[in-house]
Amino acid sequence: MYQTDMYEGLLAETISITGAKGETINAYFARPLGAGPYPAMVLAHHMPGWDQWYREATFKFAHQGYITITPNLYFRAGHGTPEDVAAKVRADGGIADEQAVGDLEGALNYIRSLPYSNGKVGIFGTCSGGRHSYIAACKTKKFDAVVDCWGGRVVMTPDQLNEKTPVSPLDLTGDLSCPILGLFGNDDSSPTPEQVNQHEETLKKLGKNYEFHRYDGAGHGFFYYHAAMYRQAQAVDGWQKVWAFLGKHLK
Amino acid sequence: MCTMIVEKVKIEGSGKGLNGWFKLEQANVSYDHPFDAPYEHALNIDFVNEAQGVGARVAVELSEQAARELIRTIQNVLDQAEAGGHL
Repeated sequence: MYQTDMYEGLLAETISITGAKGETINAYFARPLGAGPYPAMVLAHHMPGWDQWYREATFKFAHQGYITITPNLYFRAGHGTPEDVAAKVRADGGIADEQAVGDLEGALNYIRSLPYSNGKVGIFGTCSGGRHSYIAACKTKKFDAVVDCWGGRVVMTPDQLNEKTPVSPLDLTGDLSCPILGLFGNDDSSPTPEQVNQHEETLKKLGKNYEFHRYDGAGHGFFYYHAAMYRQAQAVDGWQKVWAFLGKHLK
Repeated sequence: MCTMIVEKVKIEGSGKGLNGWFKLEQANVSYDHPFDAPYEHALNIDFVNEAQGVGARVAVELSEQAARELIRTIQNVLDQAEAGGHL
């Protein structure tokens, strides 16, 4: 725990990394100053884009002692304000799962190459980022922990599948090779409490290491302090769960 | 991107964005997470001209009730215009 007489320093900048298909994308990057070795986190941003909340989240994870990288999953949609870019992606039906996984794996590879990494890398995401985090963890089998915050469409019906999202993430659960923490609001409609139950039942049936927490009085996005959906008490408890889970599995 | 309910329609007209008026060529209509409106999901309309970049966008985010009222109002106004011989 931080003490008032401790030295503290962070380095934060925008960097370029190699993402899906060997293409260059940009990323927020932040890390504690010091020789390390430090555990690391890849953050998968939400549907509203590579935005201010995720820039601040990058700093927040670094402040907690993690080398942290948040790749711009919407890099290929062009450049402008995060909202304008995200609106274009929304109109285009989102990004392809395969591309998101490639970009997140690229971020992981970048971090693993750093001399101050302890070799352990987790992944965290909210909303569509929670879903992408889950898919990336299952498909790459390279992450050491995954945090899925209210990821919608982890449970998908056949009529929801398309070229960009060809497989329901739930069907990838057998490939999950790391512990998962899930945080959900009981008033959420995507995912619904029933879908969260279905996800948990699948994890349990397949013998996965999971930890799910459900919050009353909270819906979607209850960590978002800039939005009406913010729920202070639930968010404080949720963040405590995140730090405890990551500390246990990555530090 | 949690509902993925979206449709695009080609349109003609003008929109006023941050840098003044620009020619509209498309409207993107979605029922998904809004950026600002205080709802989990909203009826979002982005009036855009993609050829001018992602910033050429006029955005509205409406409650379901507001969206339905707007549809009715637009239809009523068009009906009045037609009845008045303007169309």
